Amino acid sequence: MKISSQPEKVLFQNGEILDPVKKTIKPGGVLVIDGKIADTGRIETPDDAKVFDCKNLVITHGFCDLHVHFREPGREDKETLQTGSRAAMAGGFTRVCAMPNTNPPLDSPEAVSFIQEKSGSCPVHIHPIGAVSKGQKGKELTEMGLMKDMGAVAFSDDGLPIQDGSVMRRALEYATMLDVPIINHAEDECLRADGVMNESVVSNHLGLPGNPAVAESTMVHRDLELSELTGAKLHVPHVSTVDAIDYINGMKSKNSKVTAEVTPHHLYFNHEALSFFNTHLKVAPPIRSENDRQSLIAAVKDGTIDCIATDHAPHTIQDKETTFDLAAFGMIGLESCFGVVKKVLVDDASLDLISLISMMTVKPRNIMGFDSDLFKKGVAAELVVFDPNESWTFHRRNVYSRSINSPFYGKDLSGRVKCTISKGQWTHN
Amino acid sequence: MLQQKHLLGLEGYPQEDIQAIIDTAFNFREVLDRPIKKVPSLQGITIVNLFFENSTRTRISFELAQKRLSADTVNFSASSSSLKKGESFKDTVQNIEAMKIDAVVMRHPAPGAPRHLTEFIDAVVINAGDGTHEHPTQAILDMMTLYEKFGKIKGLKIGIIGDISHSRVALSNIYGLISMGAEVILCGPAHLIPPYITDLGVKINYNLDEVLEWADALNVLRVQNERMGVGLIPSTREYRALFGITEERLEKHAKEIVIMHPGPMNRGVEIDSAVADSDQAIILDQVLNGVASRMAILYLLLGGKYEDKDIK
Repeated sequence: MKISSQPEKVLFQNGEILDPVKKTIKPGGVLVIDGKIADTGRIETPDDAKVFDCKNLVITHGFCDLHVHFREPGREDKETLQTGSRAAMAGGFTRVCAMPNTNPPLDSPEAVSFIQEKSGSCPVHIHPIGAVSKGQKGKELTEMGLMKDMGAVAFSDDGLPIQDGSVMRRALEYATMLDVPIINHAEDECLRADGVMNESVVSNHLGLPGNPAVAESTMVHRDLELSELTGAKLHVPHVSTVDAIDYINGMKSKNSKVTAEVTPHHLYFNHEALSFFNTHLKVAPPIRSENDRQSLIAAVKDGTIDCIATDHAPHTIQDKETTFDLAAFGMIGLESCFGVVKKVLVDDASLDLISLISMMTVKPRNIMGFDSDLFKKGVAAELVVFDPNESWTFHRRNVYSRSINSPFYGKDLSGRVKCTISKGQWTHN
Repeated sequence: MLQQKHLLGLEGYPQEDIQAIIDTAFNFREVLDRPIKKVPSLQGITIVNLFFENSTRTRISFELAQKRLSADTVNFSASSSSLKKGESFKDTVQNIEAMKIDAVVMRHPAPGAPRHLTEFIDAVVINAGDGTHEHPTQAILDMMTLYEKFGKIKGLKIGIIGDISHSRVALSNIYGLISMGAEVILCGPAHLIPPYITDLGVKINYNLDEVLEWADALNVLRVQNERMGVGLIPSTREYRALFGITEERLEKHAKEIVIMHPGPMNRGVEIDSAVADSDQAIILDQVLNGVASRMAILYLLLGGKYEDKDIK
């Protein structure tokens, strides 16, 4: 895959146009002139247009991921804004939100503006998520107002859950004034203790310290109650447990400001896959039981979960090629995302394709307040063209991230991105 | 002769191979009673003992087993190693293997470390304890000792007493004993018995007197001092009152129950001195059988063909 400037006039012709806003699929084409949507539908091919034949392919909005780690500044050996953008383009993503657990963390307006400036030349839109607390220490609030002015779209202490309920309450109250979501990695650190995988019969077998499901569900419950109390937007990241799903579902019936995401890896794997100490599956929150996995799929189908987010977390080889207790938490996920969720949700669980695509496009954009009607004339083109039916096997050569810590090598996926169009650039072979 | 190249743990380990190890171990027991306690079975075989965690008896036991089999041995411990200089685990073991060795006996604080090791090296790997995961050679020597005492394992009623959550000895014993047809009851503080452990085919009973009444033998686990008084075990006297194997408690029961302990013992905590030194304790038999069991394991994994003349 290469990324280069789009031709001045390019027509994606003879495809199926999937509009996740109107919830329709219609045959037709999309004409992009100077990087903007010029026309959609049945289009006569202009003489001077470069034509991309979309026979048997679907054209839709570029995917939007609310949860990536691009490691810049600080760990450019794992990922940079540029290399992360390549991975995003390979996966069909045109817009991502980058978590603030960099070094230094994104806990100041200056740090946020660094990301804004550096990502300007990247082929995808990168929105910084600011830290809730200074140094992600969970104590003093950051300058959220100034950071929002600099481009922060949401606030989160990421992998360091806010343990102190009063700090979380203050953050939510403050965020109502700014109308931005607070994202709290929901985990009670005391209950989690030194747990490195789901507490279960599998952790017993492996002799590994377990991270119990209640570590997540009790914290989700607290956050939901606080969001109701404060009226703030709460976004629950990477839900992994059946009880957390139940609590979110219960709260959504009375509070429309609660949203939730799920990752491809929590939808694909259950904890049995860790039976041989596979460090590529060491992640926070941990891969849970089959019962939890099935409840996540059901929650996607009934709308309790709003969107798919990869939690793309690059790590070096030596971070993962070690004993399980020492291995880093996290896995990359941008490149494999669509093929995984299409297989798990559409092929295996008979979710309709439009619903899946809306969970990767319009729904995450709405959570962050991004423009989500991307087929409007004159809008800067953010598109993806994919083959909904291609079966393929995920290989290391499909990875464009600087890191290679994926658990999906050798896995058979369904649905494959063919072309990503973003910021005047496009991908091609 | 064994179906698996390595001995990483007893989870899923073939029952007939456990039996083969125990049978061979009894043959080696006989060697240990000779005036010259040495056979040439592993002549020319080089074994590295990699101990990333302190150990006294397991290490001595392995080393003696290796010397009795005429293997060449090298010892390595984390305190004297290049690990302190920041060299990775992978580099350390690959360097050692590059020096042409046949087997590695490893103790490591991380669960799964021996399996991780097999990804990097071709040598035979024997797990001498990996954190809170498994300690298969301990379980084999425990089973050999039960076999010696009772003439069988199938149908025996075994109580395992103590902190099950943090015990590799307990986990390997459970896998081994269940595989060999014994019944197992776990007894200890409720929060130190993992909630899902009954899936392995064991029962739980928090009442030590009921377990004593039921059991043929007890395997009494060491109370780790570092867990005492940090919220996990309220105090020594509380533990002793609920789970201590005391003379008074044993006297309440009519039958003579066999007592095992993997060592090292905390006399006066999980076991009284009088019990540990009594005839019903087979703790020193375990130690001797430990050498024989490890000889058998090394021989079966590395020795190639069984040669009667060496050991009979």
